[in-house]
Amino acid sequence: MLRTQQPRFQGLDPGHRACQGCGQALAARLTLEAAGPDILLANATGCLEVFTTAWPESAWRVPYLHSVFANAAAVAAGMEAALKAQGKDVKVIALAGDGGTFDIGFQALSGMLERGHDVLFVCYDNEAYMNTGVQRSGSTPHAASTTTSPAGVARMGKRHLKKDILAIIAAHHIPYAATASVAYPADLRKKVRRALQVAGPSFLQVHSPCPLGWGHGSELSIEIARLAVQTGLFPLIELERGALVGAMPIRQIHPVTDYLKPQSRFRHLFAGDPRAREELAHLQALADHNIEAYGLRGEMPDGLDSEGADTVRRGGLRSA
Amino acid sequence: MRQALEGSQAIARAVALCRPQVVAAYPITPQTHIVENIAKLVADAQFQCEFVSVESEFSAASVVLGAACAGSRAYTASASQGIMLMSEVLYNIAGLRVPLVLTCANRAVSAPINIWNDQQDSMAVRDAGWLQLYCADNQEAVDTTIQAFRIAERCELPVMVCVDGFTLTHTLEPLELPSQEAVDAFLPPYAFSRALDPRAPLSLGTLVGPDYFTESRYLHHQAVLAAENEIIAAARDWSSISGRTSAPLIRIDGSDEATVGILTLGSVFGTLLDARDHYGGAPVKILHLRAFRPFPVEALRAATKGLSDLIVLERAISPGADGIVAAEVRSALMDADAPPRVHNFAAGLGGRDVPLTIYPRLLEAIGKPQPRMIPIDLDRDQWPAAADAQ
Repeated sequence: MLRTQQPRFQGLDPGHRACQGCGQALAARLTLEAAGPDILLANATGCLEVFTTAWPESAWRVPYLHSVFANAAAVAAGMEAALKAQGKDVKVIALAGDGGTFDIGFQALSGMLERGHDVLFVCYDNEAYMNTGVQRSGSTPHAASTTTSPAGVARMGKRHLKKDILAIIAAHHIPYAATASVAYPADLRKKVRRALQVAGPSFLQVHSPCPLGWGHGSELSIEIARLAVQTGLFPLIELERGALVGAMPIRQIHPVTDYLKPQSRFRHLFAGDPRAREELAHLQALADHNIEAYGLRGEMPDGLDSEGADTVRRGGLRSA
Repeated sequence: MRQALEGSQAIARAVALCRPQVVAAYPITPQTHIVENIAKLVADAQFQCEFVSVESEFSAASVVLGAACAGSRAYTASASQGIMLMSEVLYNIAGLRVPLVLTCANRAVSAPINIWNDQQDSMAVRDAGWLQLYCADNQEAVDTTIQAFRIAERCELPVMVCVDGFTLTHTLEPLELPSQEAVDAFLPPYAFSRALDPRAPLSLGTLVGPDYFTESRYLHHQAVLAAENEIIAAARDWSSISGRTSAPLIRIDGSDEATVGILTLGSVFGTLLDARDHYGGAPVKILHLRAFRPFPVEALRAATKGLSDLIVLERAISPGADGIVAAEVRSALMDADAPPRVHNFAAGLGGRDVPLTIYPRLLEAIGKPQPRMIPIDLDRDQWPAAADAQ
């Protein structure tokens, strides 16, 4: 039987309570498809834990432990230490949102990476504290409106930049770190497999739209996630020991407004305010910078490019 | 074999004899020599374990939680600010009903910053749902550490072994360190009924709403109460192996003719025994409350039967509400037949020396009305002048 026709391992069952179009639920499912059953999961507090484990039900078909918000990386490190002591060949994956990665969970994450635990840390990056009502996080993009960085007469949304978490992770010189997007599932699965193959810590930042927090239709999640990549705002890259080893080229670069306009968190940028025009120029400059810094410009338009589906540069035309 | 060991070193050796597979700790804020000694034992190949030197106490508690859930016996130690930083995870460990052992080398909590001994740290997490056993000397610390692993694993509850910082941890005492065979005979290999295993996946730490939360908390409460039986059994069984008797819940020293008792937790017990020998006088019963969680109500009633006055001498205070231990003692004795009058004093806060002279001062003080708790060793010469103006 062809591999593409085999049923994939389903570690996260349907029937959980995620919203329609939830990027995080999709990202978790894809991660587990690639990881297979021989894993232990450590999950930080957040939407993922809330919508999958409401007692007495659980959507997980793999061993799962949720402790508190800030400690997923440390709990995973403890699991890994125990498995090592027991001589068991079971992989450990930590799952956290951007709050549990960029902000409150960062110290434990940095410590886990520094100590070299054989753990894959997956950050589902939906760019704010969605579980508690869309408050800004260190990952919220510049100028996005959230409930704690609202746009108003005196403010154009979040005043600060999105933290460049991957650069900080890269500075730990871990064997493998990458960004991925739910809009590119084959790429995401491939990166999970790659991360689990390497010995030592690995990190994956998965851009995961939140229709509720970003303010777009739930049917648009994949399209929006793809535009984040195609504008250069969320580059898909791979790092080994901190060095850039791969980047997904953008064959048709979109202006950032294509990505921003369908999302109500950026609505204030299209109200004709001169400050808004300035912020738009700023965001376009960030995207342009990414395109140059990571060499994202594809050579030419590609008629065979299915805009992400299961064909990306590293896999060529093979399906994953 | 009887040998002179520093408390921290003795505890480290006792931990190693229990063969934990994962030890995690953060060395400062403030740490004792316990984990340094464990690290040295590991480096010298005298003890095999995964020693994880983490970046905070918060992570230390999290690492041992992950390890215990992944099927390994695990251990950590901390004190003072470290216990405060851990406290979120301590509650979580207990609520998840995970067997773990932690040594709390009791020290004061800032501010004012002070690294010396009192028991404010462990008292601050008394409601976390851990079992708490206090040790009067380093022999008891060794024996309690070994018992703690068996109690934790049989009850599926974490155990905090509380040892006075400096007074015990940094003091050389002659003590018996058991043989590996003795510990192996007492403590079976680690087994946790809910250990995570890909062949039988479980979800731990799930979201529990109002429909089930009360029941979960109540069952936890019941489990902590029921742990009293395992504490008693562990003391009995370890005593038959080690040849040393140890009181599981309350250590009692003094004749039943005594009408005055003094109850304390930890190393002050030894000071009071020496003071009683030194000063003599009317018989006084001296009690060391070894088990603070679960709180041994029945044992306390039995131990204080016939007393007219009970002095509770404690090493922590609850500002605005007097002593923590005395409040619980009063509550436990309220319904007893002819309960003693309970007098409440603090002493030795932030490492202030507790000298023998405290004994006559305590006995003298109970003759005077004392509506609220005061530190018996309060020194008005140290009082800032500004405070008198208030």
